[in-house]
Amino acid sequence: MEVSRHWRLKQQRYSLVGEVCPHCDSKIFPPRDICPDCGQEASQPYKFSGRGQVYSFTTVHNPPAGHEENAPYTVALVHLDEGPMVTAQLTDVGDKAVEIGMPVEMVTRKLRSDGERGILVYGYKFRPRLLPA
Amino acid sequence: MASTAEVVVAGVGLIPAGEHWTESLRSLALRAMRAARADVPGLQPQALYVANMLAPSLSGQTHLGALLADFAGYHGIEAYTLEAGGASGGVAFRQGYLAVASGLIDVAMVIGVEKMTDKVGPAVESAVASNVDADHEAVQGVTPMAQAAMVMRRYLHETGAPSDALAGFSLVAHKNAVTNPNAFYRREIRAEDYRRAPMVSEPLNLFDAAPIVDGAAAVILARSDRLTSNDAYPRVRVGGSSVACSVVALHDQRDLLRLPAAAESAARALSQAGVGLEELDLFELHDQYSIYAALVLESVGFAQRGRGWELARDGAIQSDGTIPVSTFGGCKARGDTGGATGVYQAAEAVLQLQERAGKNQIAGARVGMAQCLGGAGATAATHVLVRLDGC
Repeated sequence: MEVSRHWRLKQQRYSLVGEVCPHCDSKIFPPRDICPDCGQEASQPYKFSGRGQVYSFTTVHNPPAGHEENAPYTVALVHLDEGPMVTAQLTDVGDKAVEIGMPVEMVTRKLRSDGERGILVYGYKFRPRLLPA
Repeated sequence: MASTAEVVVAGVGLIPAGEHWTESLRSLALRAMRAARADVPGLQPQALYVANMLAPSLSGQTHLGALLADFAGYHGIEAYTLEAGGASGGVAFRQGYLAVASGLIDVAMVIGVEKMTDKVGPAVESAVASNVDADHEAVQGVTPMAQAAMVMRRYLHETGAPSDALAGFSLVAHKNAVTNPNAFYRREIRAEDYRRAPMVSEPLNLFDAAPIVDGAAAVILARSDRLTSNDAYPRVRVGGSSVACSVVALHDQRDLLRLPAAAESAARALSQAGVGLEELDLFELHDQYSIYAALVLESVGFAQRGRGWELARDGAIQSDGTIPVSTFGGCKARGDTGGATGVYQAAEAVLQLQERAGKNQIAGARVGMAQCLGGAGATAATHVLVRLDGC
């Protein structure tokens, strides 16, 4: 069932909480406790705005198990305004053509389903930004 | 423990990469292990290092060392699995090298084996997706193919290269595979086939991706002073060996268009061998996706940033070019055999250096490099193989 596995990530999955390095002020997502920029301890929580831009993207036509009902879907590297990059699906795109540089914002959506008796995993996806920044 | 003894590749054994419906994980492995033993009769392995990445998920089988050593009748020897995603074959080869170089093991066998075809569809996609960051990539439905596609889009965007810039990698691989009896796709493709190929993960098309197939490859590494002097073939020594790691998740990469682990491990292996890039006669690189072939050539130093694709366009990577790659078809056309790939590459390089490559022979090949990658370049294992003369 992997309930605890997803439960323990709820802060980052639902609220985009990462970390800020107290030594070099780098913003870190996903949280990793050691700053990738200066190598020092960095476990101070930091909530990201959820705003960013599409850095690259593609469409998945051959999904792994648990993602079949959603396919085809678009995944992207989103460059968050605060600095780090995050991997996420794009959603609510409608007829818009996705392109590099497109402004997006974080929303919470169903990520995957593990069968009839399995859990539904929710977390962040990104949609075209609705409001001017 | 004479520290001056060289580590040589004493024997190789390959089976065709492909869809082996009648064969199991262990029977595939056994065929390659037997072929390697037959290549150098009389050498008894004291250790067996298994390269595999997907048996736990696709075959429900761990503990391959003991399983395969027993199945082959190598009773009592040390045997275990080395796993580093698609670089498993290279890291297992390195383990064999380290064991023999240490002086503690005289003869080591490295067996790369992957049984892909017992499952199909989403189960296979899930298994190969276990190579990406499970908590932050796979949970979003990202697969290795999606990673490669996002890198490729960025490459085309930043370099302004044409949409068919990477075609040459696929064309050359398919051409080389025609005369390789162990290749899965033994037919040529034309530039026009590439241009018309259906997209599998935009902008990556069918010919930018290697087929995932079954396979097994084995090599026997030995201390040179354990070999008799009447060799059947020229001796090939392991001149340089290095493994380097970078980051698993694409979003953690500093620069999407550079593979630092590939650069680092190649530089170290070449330095250890005392060989310059210009001295390499062939380069078996990891062309699981054509974009990675371009990035490897750039990261290792054969081309400037954003210009690796030109080596394919201009024919430099062909068998008669300045740096032949994928000389038996590579992952693209020989077939991507997962954890076994690195062992296929090393064995193919050895066949070239021993003038046993048949119609795929690179004339006068004396120094070859083999490099396999795990994930989007998270692990890179590089070996420089050098033909010894006068033995």
